[in-house]
Amino acid sequence: MKHFVLLAGYGETTPWDEMTADEQEAEMAKHVAFSEACESRSGVEMLGGEALGDGSMATTLRTRGGEMTITDGPFAEVAEHIGGYYLLEAPDLDTVIDLCRLLPALDIEIIPVLEVP
Amino acid sequence: MKSPEQVVEQVHRAEWGRLLSLLLARTRRIDLAEDALGEAFARAAERWPQSGVPDSPSGWLYTTAYRQIVGRLRAEAVAGRKAALLAVKPDWVPPEDPDVELADDRLHLILLCCHPALPRESRSALALRLVMGTPTDQIARLFLVSTPTMAARLTRAKKKIVQAGIPLGAPMEEELRSRLDEVCRTIYLAFTAGYTPGPGPDLFRADAAGEAVRLAVVLRDLLPEAPQVRAMLALLQLQHSRRDARQLEGRLVPLADQDRSMWHADEKEAGLGLLAGLEPGTGYAEELRLQALIAAEHARAATAARTGWATIARHYEALESLTGSAIVRLNRAVAVAEAEGPQAGLDLLTGLEDLLPEDHRVAATRAKLFRQLGHIELANASYRTALDLCSNEVERAHLREQLEELRALDR
Repeated sequence: MKHFVLLAGYGETTPWDEMTADEQEAEMAKHVAFSEACESRSGVEMLGGEALGDGSMATTLRTRGGEMTITDGPFAEVAEHIGGYYLLEAPDLDTVIDLCRLLPALDIEIIPVLEVP
Repeated sequence: MKSPEQVVEQVHRAEWGRLLSLLLARTRRIDLAEDALGEAFARAAERWPQSGVPDSPSGWLYTTAYRQIVGRLRAEAVAGRKAALLAVKPDWVPPEDPDVELADDRLHLILLCCHPALPRESRSALALRLVMGTPTDQIARLFLVSTPTMAARLTRAKKKIVQAGIPLGAPMEEELRSRLDEVCRTIYLAFTAGYTPGPGPDLFRADAAGEAVRLAVVLRDLLPEAPQVRAMLALLQLQHSRRDARQLEGRLVPLADQDRSMWHADEKEAGLGLLAGLEPGTGYAEELRLQALIAAEHARAATAARTGWATIARHYEALESLTGSAIVRLNRAVAVAEAEGPQAGLDLLTGLEDLLPEDHRVAATRAKLFRQLGHIELANASYRTALDLCSNEVERAHLREQLEELRALDR
């Protein structure tokens, strides 16, 4: 089954821009370790994943009463910065949780992808 | 000779969880397995009185349920529908099949029901339903919600298990301990729910709490060495053994006034036996062990007057430094008051109502200690505060009685 792994907030980590070069390198190494572990774990496949730009670069579209409005910035409801995502094929939730231990200590949300028959 | 009806009931109590875990392991369909097993028991209740009890009652039930699931799967296939299967871990091995007499996958079923990705209030309910076969209306009564609310909660939890991919199979080695802690927490929560006074005349629901004790026994049988499991079962058995003495003619009987001959001696001994030789540990296992030691101290006292309050106060002190819990502080204050006198207890209660603003027991305890010190007016005011905060009818009656006694003293 597919799992959407949303890197939903900084948690206890430092925002990327505020990190030293060494810290950034260490952070990247964790993502690499995660990707490698995904590749080597049986039944797991990395289907996709990207880092996302800063929330201030986001554009928000809302349609109300049939009319679309375009505004600057992320949804106000999203208090935290969404840093990126992974899309994994994995046999079960525990496998995904176990792999996520390798990632930086971000706040992470794992959401099952619905299988459309 | 047992009647067929008694056999059905006995097999239901003893075998429901094991049979369901096997059906689940084989079919990976929670919804169908639960329905089919329920139906198999209903059919047994109908048929066995006429046809006689089969040689292997559990084998008969398993086969009957399994056939029904296969029939449903065929119907789904014909209709072109394909339901999601319960996830399993890559290294998970289904229990030996077809040896229905011996195979057991209940541990995996318990871990599944108590998975931390499920809402906490659903976990113990789901474990009681799936592992013990406790009827939904009884689980609802235990947690003081309506039956439809509980049924919806159970349905949502089962749906989440399948959709989120919560798997059948043992957690990774390093995770098993924290997962077991959570399982014990879940079972203890269900147990205490049975003794939590609800609104209305029902003081507590010991029969429903007993279901949680049975679940703890199952877990201990599956994992006899796990310290948190052993401490939890000891605690549950010691507390539960007092159930018949806790209530008299619909009224609460405080521990000190309980008729100790009504305590179930066999359960008490079983609890003390489990506790003997259990080494001090860490974390939640230690929390449970300390609580069980406190319960054991009460259980050992031949009369209330001979209770080892100093020992109990010491255990509470250790428990408070481990948990930092305000409820533990309250209980510690009671023990210290018994061991060292009312003023020492009052000192420990200082500021506690800010931490437990809705708990009437802070005021009730303070009232009792004021009264012991002869501060009748202060006791009076504290009892009134307690009455304002308390919603259980039986406990309120007890508080009113105390107020009456004070008035008589005052005259």
